[in-house]
Amino acid sequence: MRESAVRVCVVYPELLGTYGDGGNAVVLAQRLRWRDIDAELVSVAVDEVLPLDCDVYVLGGGEDAPQSLAALRLAEHGLARAVDAGAGVLAICAGLQVLGRTFTAADGSTVEGLGILDCTTRPKGSRMIGELVAEPTAFALPTLTGFENHGGITELGPEARPLGRVVTGNGNGVGGDEGVVQGRVIGTYLHGPALARNPALADLFLSWIVGDDLSPLDDTVIERLRTERLKAAR
Amino acid sequence: MPAVRPSARTRVAAALGRSTARLARVVRPGGGSVIGARVTLALAPNALEELAAGRRIAVVSGTNGKSTTTAFLAAAGTAAGHEVVSNIEGANLRTGIVATLSQKRAADLAVLEIDELALPLLLPALPSPVITLLNLSRDQLDRFGEVRTIAASWRAALEARDDATVVANADDPLVVWGASGAADVTFVGVGLGWRLDAASCPNCGGRIVMADRQAVNADWWCDTCELRRPPCLELDGAELRDQAGVVVATIAPGVPGRHNVGNAALAVVAAMKLGIDVNVAAAAMADVSSVAGRYQRVRVGDTEVRLLLAKNPAGWAEMLTLTSGADVPLVLGINARIADGKDPSWLWDVEYERCRGRRVVAAGERASDLAVRLHYAEVPCDVWGGDVDALLRGLRTLDAPEVDLIANYTVFADLVRELRAR
Repeated sequence: MRESAVRVCVVYPELLGTYGDGGNAVVLAQRLRWRDIDAELVSVAVDEVLPLDCDVYVLGGGEDAPQSLAALRLAEHGLARAVDAGAGVLAICAGLQVLGRTFTAADGSTVEGLGILDCTTRPKGSRMIGELVAEPTAFALPTLTGFENHGGITELGPEARPLGRVVTGNGNGVGGDEGVVQGRVIGTYLHGPALARNPALADLFLSWIVGDDLSPLDDTVIERLRTERLKAAR
Repeated sequence: MPAVRPSARTRVAAALGRSTARLARVVRPGGGSVIGARVTLALAPNALEELAAGRRIAVVSGTNGKSTTTAFLAAAGTAAGHEVVSNIEGANLRTGIVATLSQKRAADLAVLEIDELALPLLLPALPSPVITLLNLSRDQLDRFGEVRTIAASWRAALEARDDATVVANADDPLVVWGASGAADVTFVGVGLGWRLDAASCPNCGGRIVMADRQAVNADWWCDTCELRRPPCLELDGAELRDQAGVVVATIAPGVPGRHNVGNAALAVVAAMKLGIDVNVAAAAMADVSSVAGRYQRVRVGDTEVRLLLAKNPAGWAEMLTLTSGADVPLVLGINARIADGKDPSWLWDVEYERCRGRRVVAAGERASDLAVRLHYAEVPCDVWGGDVDALLRGLRTLDAPEVDLIANYTVFADLVRELRAR
C-alpha cells in the first residue's frame, strides 16, 4: 500500500470541461477512497502552473478556441514530461485532439498538438452526435458505452493503437476505430462521462497506479445504467 | 390597435392557424398553437413581420430566466396600462411567436421570449425592439454546440440594426460581447452564478480575469484584448443603483431566488426603456409569484409539492441554492429527450454533493444516470425511473407533508400538463 495520496489532476476544467467530463476525476477519486486509498483531486486552472508529479491527468472536451489555448499552455507546462515519468492520462474528445500531433482550429488553420498521441484530427464538416458503443481491443475490458459529440476525424499513426472497434456510432470517424492508446495515455470520444459509464476503464487506470489487487466495489447502480444505455443504443 | 394592419393574406392565414390550433387542442389538450402557426406560416411566410408591425416589441433571450423575465416585463406592461401579448408558455421559436401574435391582434405591446439560437433569425422581423439579454451557458450540448457561437450570432445580428435598444447583463462576458454589437446598450450588473463558460474571451480567445471570484459584481477583463466589464447600473442587494450610486429602484420580485432578483432588475430597466414608470414596473414584479407552473405549490396525494424547473447546470446551481434552506425531501427528475438535450453528461457539472444528508429521490426517464451521479456524490437515493405516471405514482405514495421537486424541461412540462388536466 502506498503511503501518499494518489493525485488526480483535472486539467483546465474551465477550458476542457464542457461536457461533464470533470466527472471522470470524481469517479477515479471515489473508487480509490471506497477502497481506503487516499485520493487528492488537483484542479488546475489555465493561469496556474501544471504540477508534473500527479499520478493521473484527466482532460475533457471543450470548444474550439479554448482547445487551442489549452494546447498552447500544456506544451508550455510540459505535460509530456509527466507522461514520460509514467503518469496515466485520460483525454476525452477535444482533450484527445490536443494530445495528438495536429488538429484544426475554428478558423481552419492547423494547430500543433502535444504529439503525445500519434494521431492527427481533421474536421469532418458535420458533427457526429449520439450514443457510442465500442468493443475494446486494446485491453480486456467490458463493452464501452458513452455519448459522442464532435466534428473531428482522428487518424492514427503507427505508434498508436485504437482503444476499440465501433459497434454503434462513429468514434474516430474512420476505419471503424474508437479512441487512441499509447502507453498509459488513453484518448476517447466517449462522454457520459466515460468513467461513470465504464467503471472497468476507471479501474484499469487505478491498477496502473496502485497495482492489480483492487478490491471489488458494489457497482449495481452503474450496471443498471449500462444495461439501459446499451439497450438504447441498439 | 396596431397602426399597421396585416395583409388580407396574413389575416386569413392567422385565422386558419387559430382554428387549426383549436382543432389540435381537442385532439391533444395543451398543444395546438404551434401546429396552427405552421399553417399560418405556410400560407403567409411573412406573417411574423406583418403581425409584429405597428406594435411596441420587447424581447427577452438568454439561456436561463427567459420565461420568468418575460413574465416580469409583461406584468410591468399590463400594470402600466398596455394591452400585452406574451408567450410565457415557452413557445419561443418562430412558430410559437406567430401563434402568440395571432391570438391577440389588438395588443399594443408584445413581450416575447425568444430562444437564444433563434434570436438572430427572428430579429429582422421585429421593428425597434427593446431586447433584454440575460446570460449564456452550456445547455443541450448535443444540439446547441458552442455558446460562443451563439454570442457571435447575437453580435452580428445587432450590428446589422440601428433601431434596437438593448439591456444586458454586465457580468456575463459572452453576453457583453454579443450585446456590444448594438448601437444602444444599457448594461446592468446583476451577477453571474455560473462562470465555467466565461473563462476564455469570446472576442479573442484570451483569458478572462476575475478580480474576485466570490464577489457578485466583481470586475472582470480580458488579459489580451479590450473586452472588459462595461460601465453599468449595479444591483446592490435589492437596490438597483445608477452609475452615480443613486438608487433607481428596489427590486423584490414575488418569486424566490437571488437569480430572480437579477432577472427582475434587468426587466425593470427594460420596462423603463419601454417608457414604463420604474415604480409601477417594480411593484408589478412583486406580484409575480409563479411563472408557467414554476415555483408553484400543488397538492399530490397528501404531499405539498413545490415545482421547480432547472434545465442546465447553471439552473441547477440556482435551484440547489434556493432549496438548501428547507429540510424537506428532494425529488429530482431527469429526462433526455430532444428538448432536454440527448446527452445528460451535464449531471456531472452539477454539485449534487450539496444534497448530502437529505432524503433524495431520482426520477424521470434518465433516473439511472442521476442515480449513478448521486452514488458518486455519496447521496443515497430512491429511484422512481420512468415517465410522468411513475413520477405521480411516487409522489402520491410519498410519506412527507412537503417536498421540493426539481425537474428538467420535459419532466416539468409533462408534470404541469398532467396536473392541469386532472
